[in-house]
Amino acid sequence: MKILVCISNVPDTTTKITFTDNNTQFNNNGVQFILNPYDEIALARAIELTDGGDGSVTVINVGEASTEPTIRKALAIGATDAVRVNAKAHDAWYVASQVAAYVKANPFDLILTGRESIDYNGSKVASMLGELLDLPSVSIIKKLDIDGDNVTVEREIEGGKEVLTIPLPIVAGAAEGVAEPKIPNMRGIMSARTKPLTVIDPVEVKTLSEIISYETPAPRGQVKLVAADDTAKLVDLLHDEARVI
Amino acid sequence: MPVLVYTENADGKFKKSTFEAVSYARAIADQNNTNLVAISIGDVSNDQLTALGKYGAEKVLNVSNAKLKNFINQAYASVVADAAKKEGADIVVLSNSFSGRGLAPRIGVKLQAGVADGAVALPEQTGGKFTVKKTAFSGKAFAIVELTSANKVISLTPNSYKVVEKGGAGKVEDYTAEGNASDFKAMIKEIVRSTDKVSLPDADIVVSAGRGLKGPENWGMVEELAGLLGAALACSKPVSDAGWRPHSEHVGQTGIAVSPNLYIAIGISGAIQHLAGVSSSKVIVVINKDPEAPFFKVADYGIVGDAFEVVPKLIAAVKEYKASA
Repeated sequence: MKILVCISNVPDTTTKITFTDNNTQFNNNGVQFILNPYDEIALARAIELTDGGDGSVTVINVGEASTEPTIRKALAIGATDAVRVNAKAHDAWYVASQVAAYVKANPFDLILTGRESIDYNGSKVASMLGELLDLPSVSIIKKLDIDGDNVTVEREIEGGKEVLTIPLPIVAGAAEGVAEPKIPNMRGIMSARTKPLTVIDPVEVKTLSEIISYETPAPRGQVKLVAADDTAKLVDLLHDEARVI
Repeated sequence: MPVLVYTENADGKFKKSTFEAVSYARAIADQNNTNLVAISIGDVSNDQLTALGKYGAEKVLNVSNAKLKNFINQAYASVVADAAKKEGADIVVLSNSFSGRGLAPRIGVKLQAGVADGAVALPEQTGGKFTVKKTAFSGKAFAIVELTSANKVISLTPNSYKVVEKGGAGKVEDYTAEGNASDFKAMIKEIVRSTDKVSLPDADIVVSAGRGLKGPENWGMVEELAGLLGAALACSKPVSDAGWRPHSEHVGQTGIAVSPNLYIAIGISGAIQHLAGVSSSKVIVVINKDPEAPFFKVADYGIVGDAFEVVPKLIAAVKEYKASA
């Protein structure tokens, strides 16, 4: 089984997000970049599915050379090889188009992404890839099992879940529950340095969107403290002042 | 050119987030001085379809086809994109629900449209630019995205646009659609939906608890408070990681982002990752025994105290309030 895992290089979850150039650029000064946490889940499941068999796990990233430490991390965790499309990840459409072009030339049995990247939160690449490759796609999965030529996934829906069975190949976006992220061991870290990382040029894509600027949430006022034995006062405030109950 | 809104249903019923999407799409149609067409797929009663007029849909396309009864994103995308072409709509609006996330990008590709996902405000259309404000960095910021394509797809974050009732009855038309043969590879085996609980992304009130509760056996009081308030339950990451509560309740940067009217956080210190997922809440109440807990800095109301003493008292106060209301 050949599995492709699409990975993103994102700011660490503890990052305080700020902007520069009149709020038009993300301020990456001093920011630690990591493998997107949902992509780690997708990668962990891909490794589990090929463990002990003759399958392979390829990771693909659309990014500039600065993303290579994150790609090496994925190799250290256990990916077989890696591909970097040498281009700035302009938006989900651009990324999906690059990955689709690669997959058309190099078919896979299963393509995984994270449910979303924690920077732009689009949840779009998996579904766009499905559309570009005319494959079924499931955007947020909590469970994934392979049974011969079929895959069974659990999809999150409001207040519940949906179970689908789909013939391979498919594209799916992994969320918590699919697998536990794996921590690279020393052998993985050593071997990651010599595993193949192929850099390819991007295909030309017409852009459909541009980020113009950013805003940060408006700060809240000072917290109003209520005494611990006066919960009735809190209820009154929520009813009369905040008008939320 | 009209605006097209896809009206999602759950078990044949429209939800509040659907009415929000219709109200939002109506406002965009008003910006452009054009009509609003709704498209519904599945088994929805005629009364409910007509009622979409109340939120501003002049025309309602009703796709009632046994093959399309349940949501398959590939097939639904074909139907909605075809309808957009037939109606000449250049803007498609839908809810950024779990299903919407699997649908909007596919519609976007079919229409060669830029997709603004998770919109939190109406588009601005000035100087020939069409821009949409959306959440970014998991709630730590917003991005203003320009859609530069002729066609546009916008998915609306639930609870971020008010339902507006101002129209009359919508004109319901039967609309024949099949989807493409290759759209039906996915087979739905099972749908499990709890009808007695409030769904977290749609909830007006969320009651959330963290490690301060010390163990899963202590969730009874949290559930009781949520039940009294008609609230959805949520939790912090350490709680779902420890298996005390299901992952589907995990709110935060790597969980679900919520924007309810009221978020009550009990025994959650307020790590930056958790705050990211709740920053769009309109009112935040924090109950924590540590007065230095970072959560108090972003709270509107707070009680410094032990959850095991405060929550039972709060339950009693809510009961009293409800009895007098």
